[in-house]
Amino acid sequence: MRRRLFIFSFLVAPVTLYLVYVIAPYAQAFYIAMTNWRGVNAAPQFIGLENFGRLLGDGVFWKAVGHNALLLALLPVITIALALVFAYLLNVGGAGGRTGVWGSKFYRVLFFFPQVLAVTIVAVLFQQVFRPDDSGMLNAPLMALGLKPVGFLSNPSIALWSVMAVLIWQAVGFYVVLFSAGLASIPREMFEAAQIDGAGRMSMFFRVTLPLLRDTVQVAWVYLGIIAMDAFAIVWVMTDQHGGPDRSTTVMAAEIYRNAFQYFQFGYASALGVVMFFFVLGFAVLSLRLSRRERIEF
Amino acid sequence: MSRKHHLGPLNVLMHIALAVWALLIIVPLVWTFLASVKSEDEIFSDAWSLPATLRWDNFARAWEQAHIGQYMLNSVIVVFFGVLGTMLLGSMAAYVLARYPFRGNRAIYLLFVSGLAFPIYLALTPLFFVVQNMGTIPVIGPYIGLNTHAGLILVYIAYSMPFTVFFLAAFFRTLPTAVAEAALVDGASHTRIFFQIMLPMARPGIVSITIFNVLGQWNQYQKPLVLLQDRDKWVLTQGIADISTAAGYDQDWSALFAALTLAILPMLIVYTIFQRQIQSGLTAGALK
Repeated sequence: MRRRLFIFSFLVAPVTLYLVYVIAPYAQAFYIAMTNWRGVNAAPQFIGLENFGRLLGDGVFWKAVGHNALLLALLPVITIALALVFAYLLNVGGAGGRTGVWGSKFYRVLFFFPQVLAVTIVAVLFQQVFRPDDSGMLNAPLMALGLKPVGFLSNPSIALWSVMAVLIWQAVGFYVVLFSAGLASIPREMFEAAQIDGAGRMSMFFRVTLPLLRDTVQVAWVYLGIIAMDAFAIVWVMTDQHGGPDRSTTVMAAEIYRNAFQYFQFGYASALGVVMFFFVLGFAVLSLRLSRRERIEF
Repeated sequence: MSRKHHLGPLNVLMHIALAVWALLIIVPLVWTFLASVKSEDEIFSDAWSLPATLRWDNFARAWEQAHIGQYMLNSVIVVFFGVLGTMLLGSMAAYVLARYPFRGNRAIYLLFVSGLAFPIYLALTPLFFVVQNMGTIPVIGPYIGLNTHAGLILVYIAYSMPFTVFFLAAFFRTLPTAVAEAALVDGASHTRIFFQIMLPMARPGIVSITIFNVLGQWNQYQKPLVLLQDRDKWVLTQGIADISTAAGYDQDWSALFAALTLAILPMLIVYTIFQRQIQSGLTAGALK
């Protein structure tokens, strides 16, 4: 009896809070997605799957999906590749393959720092770095050399790449530390044995390090995939017109927010949210399934 | 053999790659710090010039007129109580779910952990109305509705539950049971065992996840953007984002750089002191 009371008393507050603020909103979202709810004071009416029919023809939303897809295809690959190389150099890249290169402790501390900064602050910082005139950190030296300034955020065909660059800039250090921890758990003898067998640094990286880090790389893949499917704060704060110019950098999350809290189309925004939910779920299921298959080979 | 490696071209390339990435991180930060003590003219005439005089008044304007001081205080309040509540409720739930088998235990655990898979954007609209409705509850309503810090704190706590419970439950399962059982035989209450024996034993896990939650909640932007519309309630991320987007041409740019510096420097200092704990705290979840 005492035990039961204890269990109840410890769970009641966290579970209540969680049900009210997390589970209830998610559950309601699926219903709201099937209403035509507009405006704070209007009453929602059930309209079935009409919102989903409408979103099929919503060019801006599919543009956003395409941008998330591009981020999903490239952000994890580039970040993981850079982080793996850096982690390798910092841990076993030094002379003899047993220690990190000179200064590796400093590099590791420095590389991680962007991770500590709020995405919003990073976004504002790079907005200044990318300024289109000679007050921009990057364009000032270009213009001093007589080159034309680059519209990092003002040119629609470049802006999304600037967004991706900032996401990579912030993420790499985290994965350097993550992979370093993974490397540290690999027994030193592995590297020594490979070295005695005459493995160079290149083959050591591809044949020893990479296979042994497979699990950690998979975790990194899932994390970065989730970042790629979100990207809200960077896009909303850094780019012109919240996802511009001309919607060239918009992402699903930005369109959901815009529809809900700028157009007050709550029903439609929730429908977009449901679609995003299934994309994220699909990605998670897919990567878990793939990783399971690979683990059997391992 | 290793001697030759040390001087080889590959080695040079390695050092260049590391140095380039280091510069990519350092240069934008230093450039921002520098711009924060420049005049408006200096910022616009030449992005790379050194300031003629150090204009500390930029910081005074950022702190007072751009309200960075107020926003920072708001962030501190929200994150302090948010993390306190998260750690208290999260560790209680995780402990019970990890150590006390009962009917429904697994279901509650899965309910918490399932929250890890949902994108917050799906819940935004209903969450806004949930918090709005909270505001209509008699007596306590005005304190936990929209535009209240307590309301935001409750939301932070709820949304921090999935990861906190997931991580701490795994941690509590690894702790030895003998001490707790002995204390139970001696007549200690379950509650006392938790606070006086298990919580201190779980300290390493608690520290990691506290750091994780502090940074996670400090960096929140999406939820305050939806739930706090009153300027004087804003948190730091909202304030910084607003200075850069709102004003346009009559913008106080040097104050913007000062505001950025004010937001970055404390993080840099805290990170330099606690970098080991912060790194392990943030990566802890991924290594589980």
